[in-house]
Amino acid sequence: MNKLNSRFGEFGGMYVPELLIPALDQLEQAFIDACEDASFQQEFTALLNDYAGRPTPLTLTRNLVSNPLVKLYLKREDLLHGGAHKTNQVLGQALLTKRMGKTEVIAETGAGQHGTATALACALLGLKARIYMGAKDVERQAPNVFRMRLMGAEVIPVSAGSGTLKDAVNEAMRDWSANYDKAHYLLGTAAGPHPFPTIVREFHRMIGEEVREQVMQKEGRLPDSLVACVGGGSNAIGMFADFIDQPEVKLIGVEPAGKGLHTHLHGATICKGSKGILHGSHTFIMQDKEGQIEESYSVSAGLDYPAVGPQHAHLAQTGRAEYVAVTDEEALHAFQLLARKEGIIPALESSHALAHALNMADEAQQETIIVVNLSGRGDKDLAHVTSILGDEFNGQI
Amino acid sequence: MDRYKTLFNQLKERHQGAFVPFVMIGDPDPQSSFEIICQLIDSGADALELGFPYSDPIADGPTIQKAAIRALKAGATPPRCFEILGRIRARYPEIPVGLLLYSNLVLAKGIDSFYLQAKSAGVDSILIADVPLREIDPFKHAASNAGIAQILIAPPNASDDALLKIAKASYGYTYVLGRAGVTGAETDADLDAKELLDKLQQAHSAPSLLGFGISRPEQVKQALNAGADGAISGSATVNIIEKHLNDKQQTLAELDEFVQSMKAATIRD
Repeated sequence: MNKLNSRFGEFGGMYVPELLIPALDQLEQAFIDACEDASFQQEFTALLNDYAGRPTPLTLTRNLVSNPLVKLYLKREDLLHGGAHKTNQVLGQALLTKRMGKTEVIAETGAGQHGTATALACALLGLKARIYMGAKDVERQAPNVFRMRLMGAEVIPVSAGSGTLKDAVNEAMRDWSANYDKAHYLLGTAAGPHPFPTIVREFHRMIGEEVREQVMQKEGRLPDSLVACVGGGSNAIGMFADFIDQPEVKLIGVEPAGKGLHTHLHGATICKGSKGILHGSHTFIMQDKEGQIEESYSVSAGLDYPAVGPQHAHLAQTGRAEYVAVTDEEALHAFQLLARKEGIIPALESSHALAHALNMADEAQQETIIVVNLSGRGDKDLAHVTSILGDEFNGQI
Repeated sequence: MDRYKTLFNQLKERHQGAFVPFVMIGDPDPQSSFEIICQLIDSGADALELGFPYSDPIADGPTIQKAAIRALKAGATPPRCFEILGRIRARYPEIPVGLLLYSNLVLAKGIDSFYLQAKSAGVDSILIADVPLREIDPFKHAASNAGIAQILIAPPNASDDALLKIAKASYGYTYVLGRAGVTGAETDADLDAKELLDKLQQAHSAPSLLGFGISRPEQVKQALNAGADGAISGSATVNIIEKHLNDKQQTLAELDEFVQSMKAATIRD
């Protein structure tokens, strides 16, 4: 039986083939041991600080917000090595891999951010990485594919199914079923079967802890709202974790509304999905009435996933966190606005959170401190955004 | 009511093991699928293991994934699958029929009503590929309410304690994994499963059927020699359907030959 709680209310669990249970139990035990082992914590912290560049800054925006009552801060995970928050938890899981005496790492990636983070951690720690990526994504994200290969990872295109992230996850789980003896499945978000949602949250928890300390230092009080984008939900849960027991801090997750929630082209699993099981977890998913999984859609590949981490499902159901959705168009607008007003090019994922925060800022009628998790930088999105905005674009919004 | 019990008793008297082919319901299309399943039975299958096509089958290799995609494209929704099952049951009242599918299809319908519907379509057992012992309770409960045998998988890497619990919880039969990995005929079963089978027997498990990587008659023989009560062959069966997608007569003829040769290997010396 499990040593840690495998559920968040009714959500979560371990819906995997019996064959994978021993590997998940081994991982849970390794994680428990590591949490109590000072030398593990020391090594993890040293990697985060000296290799990845933690703590990341908290930046007060200067020009973005016109409402004088509002202070909008950005938590700068975009400045982390690798270009996104992903590096935090990947370093943690790579250390766990070594702790379990495994030499290989299996991972899935959508946009290539988690794959890139996995590739860099494996290069650093001497692990052999193979990364599954939907064939469509391999085409769409060529620079990240090259990055991964440059750092020694094997990138395996998956053409089964829709050729996107969910199919890459399927393939990674199949690989793990055959190779759990020597390989760790380094899952990339706070979803999947227990203990992944808990491990990924704990290895991203420093995001929120740093925010607390930095806001207290700058403002002498807690922020009013934390805003983060939610695909699988790792950057959001990392930001929320330290504040869940303090209801005076509002937690807001922003899902991708794609072409609009009235269409089928979105990835807003909490706002519009229903309860079901995907990739080992009972959570909100996108499915048809027979239970077949439906394709998600978003302009941002990192949010394009038809399920969500089970703790977010629980936070939504209990009302502790609020979940909203932002369209492609709104996100693209925020993307340009941040570049224009602050000189920061955000990831399209993070642009969703920013877009909602800007709406909140406009509506605020009293003094308000908002912190947005700027979970990644936008370099990876430049080709995609160029193709949307066109060659005529000259910086006017 | 217990078709599995009757079957295993009869086989014991005849000194035979069970040969159980698997196909995806609705592959390559619902009408052909009905004829294919009839052929399997007419050629000597002792029981059937039948899949409901699902969009994201994480425990299946490429052969069965492709079968699921073909079936889904051909419109094999769960209601269509139940309808085919009902027709099979009407024609063959004796043969044990097991379902093998994924949890979300069961959940979407509601666990209890899915099991009840399966029962009324003549299903004897249900195995859910992504529900391990640890999550089985609500499914097991629905199974016993509906009078369906809940099948569990005994994998080669399970602890003794887990095996004991699996042996105790699995009714009808126990699905013994011949090897790690996903379904597929590309990698042979490790037929040195004797230790695993012995442990299950000591734990008074329901009869054991060995599956994953079984595609040839000599493997069926080896499985029985290692102590299994029978063998399940999925991908090898599905491969025959895939090979002759535009020639139903050829499919049926080759399935006939395949099932007969596999069944012949279940006759104990």
